Amino acid sequence: MSAYRFLVNGAPAEVDVPGMRRLLDVLREDLGLTGTKEGCGEGECGACSVLLDGQVVDSCLVPICQVEGRIVRTVEGLSLAARERGSLDTLQEAFLEHGAAQCGICTPGMLMAARAYLDAGGGPDEDPIREAIAGNLCRCTGYSKIVDAIAAVAAPVD
Amino acid sequence: MPTRTLTPGTETVERALVIDPGQRVPGRASGFPLRREGPAKLTGAAKYTDDLVFPGAWYGITIRSTEARAKLLAIEPDPDVDWSKVVLATAADIPGDNVVSLIKDDQPVLVPVGGEIRHHAEPVALLAAPDRETLRQLKGRIKLVTEALPPVFDPEQSDHVFAHYEVSQGDIAAGFAAADLILEGEYRVGHQEQLYIENQAMIAVPGEDGGIVIHGSMQCPYYIHKALKRALGLSSVQARVIQEETGGGFGGKEEYPSMLALHASLLALKARRPVRMIYDRHEDIAATTKRHPAIVRHRTGVTRDGRLVAQDIEVVMDGGAYCTLTPVVLSRGVLHAGGPYRCPNVRLRGRATRTNTPPNGAFRGFGAPQTEFAAETQLNRIAERLAISPADIRRRNVYRLNDTTPTGQVLRESVAAEEVLEQALGASLYERVRERTARDAAQRRGSGTIPTGALRTGDHRTATGIGLALAWHGAGFTGSGEVHLASVASVELTADGNLRVLTANTEMGQGTKTVFPQMVAGELGVPVDWVEYAPQDTAEVLDSGPTVASRTVMVVGGLTILAARKLKAEVEARNPGVPFHEAFRADAEAHGATRIDQQFEPYPGVVFDDETYLGDAYPAYGWAAAVATVEVDLDTAEVQVRDVIAVDDVGKVIHPILCEGQVEGGTLQAVGYATMEEIKLHDGRYLNDRLATYLIPTALDAPHIRSILVEAPYSGAPHGAKGVGELPMDVAAPAVVAAIHDATGVWIHELPATPERILAALHAPDGGRTRRKGEAAA
Amino acid sequence: MPAEPPIDSPRRLFEAYELLAAGATRPIAGGTDIMVAITGELGPIPERMLDLSRLEELRGISLEHGVLLLGARTTYTEIRRSTLCREHVPALVEAAATIGAAQIQNRGTIGGNLANASPAGDTLPVLLAADAEILVGGQRGEREIAVADFFLDYRKTALAPDELILQVRIPIPRGRSLRFRKVGTRRAQAISKVIMALAWHDLGSAGWKDVRVALGSVAATPIRATATEAVLEGASPTPEVADRAAETLGGELQPIDDVRSTAEYRRAVSARILHRLLRDAGGW
Repeated sequence: MSAYRFLVNGAPAEVDVPGMRRLLDVLREDLGLTGTKEGCGEGECGACSVLLDGQVVDSCLVPICQVEGRIVRTVEGLSLAARERGSLDTLQEAFLEHGAAQCGICTPGMLMAARAYLDAGGGPDEDPIREAIAGNLCRCTGYSKIVDAIAAVAAPVD
Repeated sequence: MPTRTLTPGTETVERALVIDPGQRVPGRASGFPLRREGPAKLTGAAKYTDDLVFPGAWYGITIRSTEARAKLLAIEPDPDVDWSKVVLATAADIPGDNVVSLIKDDQPVLVPVGGEIRHHAEPVALLAAPDRETLRQLKGRIKLVTEALPPVFDPEQSDHVFAHYEVSQGDIAAGFAAADLILEGEYRVGHQEQLYIENQAMIAVPGEDGGIVIHGSMQCPYYIHKALKRALGLSSVQARVIQEETGGGFGGKEEYPSMLALHASLLALKARRPVRMIYDRHEDIAATTKRHPAIVRHRTGVTRDGRLVAQDIEVVMDGGAYCTLTPVVLSRGVLHAGGPYRCPNVRLRGRATRTNTPPNGAFRGFGAPQTEFAAETQLNRIAERLAISPADIRRRNVYRLNDTTPTGQVLRESVAAEEVLEQALGASLYERVRERTARDAAQRRGSGTIPTGALRTGDHRTATGIGLALAWHGAGFTGSGEVHLASVASVELTADGNLRVLTANTEMGQGTKTVFPQMVAGELGVPVDWVEYAPQDTAEVLDSGPTVASRTVMVVGGLTILAARKLKAEVEARNPGVPFHEAFRADAEAHGATRIDQQFEPYPGVVFDDETYLGDAYPAYGWAAAVATVEVDLDTAEVQVRDVIAVDDVGKVIHPILCEGQVEGGTLQAVGYATMEEIKLHDGRYLNDRLATYLIPTALDAPHIRSILVEAPYSGAPHGAKGVGELPMDVAAPAVVAAIHDATGVWIHELPATPERILAALHAPDGGRTRRKGEAAA
Repeated sequence: MPAEPPIDSPRRLFEAYELLAAGATRPIAGGTDIMVAITGELGPIPERMLDLSRLEELRGISLEHGVLLLGARTTYTEIRRSTLCREHVPALVEAAATIGAAQIQNRGTIGGNLANASPAGDTLPVLLAADAEILVGGQRGEREIAVADFFLDYRKTALAPDELILQVRIPIPRGRSLRFRKVGTRRAQAISKVIMALAWHDLGSAGWKDVRVALGSVAATPIRATATEAVLEGASPTPEVADRAAETLGGELQPIDDVRSTAEYRRAVSARILHRLLRDAGGW
């Protein structure tokens, strides 16, 4: 075992666990951040998606030894400012208004993929949005309202 | 996608109303409540079963058979292992009946020594340990000593029939004699996995009273409650079931959770501590229920101008190793098998048999998607044969008000089949697009460049096609199911002035927690935030029946509306001249709590004979139409479904965004069913048992889905609603298959319509253009 | 929670070489293959793991003397974003774009694609068609292995147990064309059913030279269809040549039925994709 230190949602974390522990398990079990979900353990469904140094990755495929010194963001830290205010950020708000979350199990991972897309300057066109979330399986929504919500944030109409 | 803004027609009870989005801003939930548990789900605060922490809990796993059929001679834990630090449970540990209580008592909780293993991955023993590494080390050290038995995998070879039905109308022989054309067709559909993104999960916590508390992912707390009582010998109070946040169900968490809850309970009782049993994806796919595979054979007689005069339909369903819900799935499949069409001479026959594969069970649509795929494809083939448009042949045959179904039911109200058909045709510009695709197809043929050899390409890389299908879906339970259930739902004004709705109906994404307070608040005249929805905990709520069959809003929602009306009347009677919203808090203080329990009463005039299968099979029907456009790559036969227009008559739209959500989600599941969701088997074992190999559509595979909601209210329900969850599932698959035919000229008779099947059909010696196997022409 | 074998995270290449030489240890770069295997218990759990993520020597993309050099740890996202790759091997960029989805592309590496040697590895036919070389190294020194000599059998490579893949070297000769096509099981997160990479030099009236027809998912390893290459060598992509090449390819391949597809489909589609590529190149 070794100690691995990294940032999670802006705060320093240190865990003394085997280096091959999955980032997903460190988040959920060692750090109690259960917002990130396990849907398959195979890197297919994207329910475990988090941001690692700003890039969306499947946390079920990342061993914690590779997270040393890096920046992790999960759904709990989607927008730190909004979290402090106790409200939803614009992306979460858009999901809520558009009905983009139904059972909600894919939602944390979906939000992180959408966040990475928007942070990289993604626009409101449908094709790049669909590509950005192609690694996040949703069984409930048919993706329609998820795409609408992300497009609304990418190009706010006001 | 927003609903289309259309001018409603004249509003009579018989005419369907296309809802005018009106004040709604497209895509925004303004005017309707936001999802109640939405913020929790969006911030990661919502707790699903695996998110819960129970200090001291152990982990449990299932030891499963690796054979499809065998006699279980012994369970032999390795004598070199110290088993004292873990708990092993077998059938011998079951205090009550070794039965998973459902329809028939044929499925054991665990196969007993001396008993018969009937399917691959059947549970035989359970192991619990303090940590997962121990489980990993020990699970391979338990040997199952068996004697192989010859398995049966072909449902048509099986002699064990779970159920059979026959419904007849008119005179089949006379019908065929009068036909100008007789067409036969055989259609096959395979397994489909519900693929909820949250795997099955249960945590069992032993109680001090010798009972058990279950926390889990589920659709039906009272199914589990009943199963616990039976197998563990518990009282209604000792068995307590609490539904936690559930990440999708679609029928896959209707009956299977009872099995898992029993397993977790047995371990928890033996270990005397909480036990967590959370499936991984592989186990979930390998071991849990799927949609029933089916073979549907049609023999249809029509007149020259496309009117149905005889339908002879045979349905064979593969039930898997145990009965589970098979009789009801078969029943619905058979009753819908003719499609939403008028035909004077009909014979519908169905049987479901046992095979040595994992038991099949409930999945959205519940038998209807299977048989309606066949019915619609058969009708589309007839249209092609007669050179009549698929739209016109439907116009000629579709049910109208006061038509009679094969069970002799007169459709006295709420018939919107024509309406949904015309909406779909209009919104998709169906006829115009079809003319264009026909011209393009002719051009491809005419230029002599349709590749005649399998290894060459033509001038054209892609072909577009458009396809149409129509469907019906009986609302609520079949026949007297609802009467037998006798569900109870409650609305309560508590002693401290709070308003609560109490039902056992679960939220799994469809919006129960949002629309029930919405309906009740609407009746009481209070803001929706003033109405709580009580947790689905058998210690707190009565049995309002399962969350299945698209009955939640229609039946149980109806009960809560009636209960709310009574509550309002009662409080206002005590406080004359003061409206409820002003009176209720003071009333609670003065009078104490008021609780109204509303029990289901049979819908007026709905009579069905379970023996003869005649009468009103359902109180009302939902109606759906779909038009799909596809682009087919002519080199590889890959299909991209571009658009689906989904029109659904749901009786009454309670919440447009949530209702659209059901249509969109159900439509994509049906598109997946049509194009890519496939399970191959080897020796009764599923080969597609991980997400890398069981494929559901990604956002890039998904078409644009435009939903149009129509309202033809049902007068027997207080709100007019008929249910929405399953209806969209019945119609998109045949629309996609019809579009593939429009693009390529080939009919695919077996789902999924994979590129392999399409390419093979394209290169059948006749280019797939003439009759398929089993066809005959008059 | 899956098994968690012990792992070493060396900071310098020579440390990694020492660890490799010391005994059985399984390298992990992006983890998109091995983590799936460990979690799913697909095969024995490695006794020990070697974390490559701190080895900066394995990163970097450069062009030197007409050869594109990609560090083994180059991710698919880096390939897609690299100006050098987009300009000089767009076929590789195309291949990278078909792998998984964003999450996988951000982590999966070209070295991993090679080392895992799956017959369905999406970049591998491109590397084969491009006559790429692989620089490998260990305590015993460095050597170059031609991609054509790299794949020995199903998931078995010419890499010795004490060696690491360091760099992929893709020659960029002037006048070479390189095309890529993948037929997957769906539009994203798709394992391929057929992959093809076609390379050639067009000498005009003298026809095509140095033709490479490389395929994936149709054999136990990525392969070159040498009989088909012979048909195209010195020929121009006319309809007759295309028909003959497609016919030859159909006869040359021995694909299998598996959970994803059928031998018949793979054979027919490989031929049809080739025919289409030739048709496009020939402009008819």
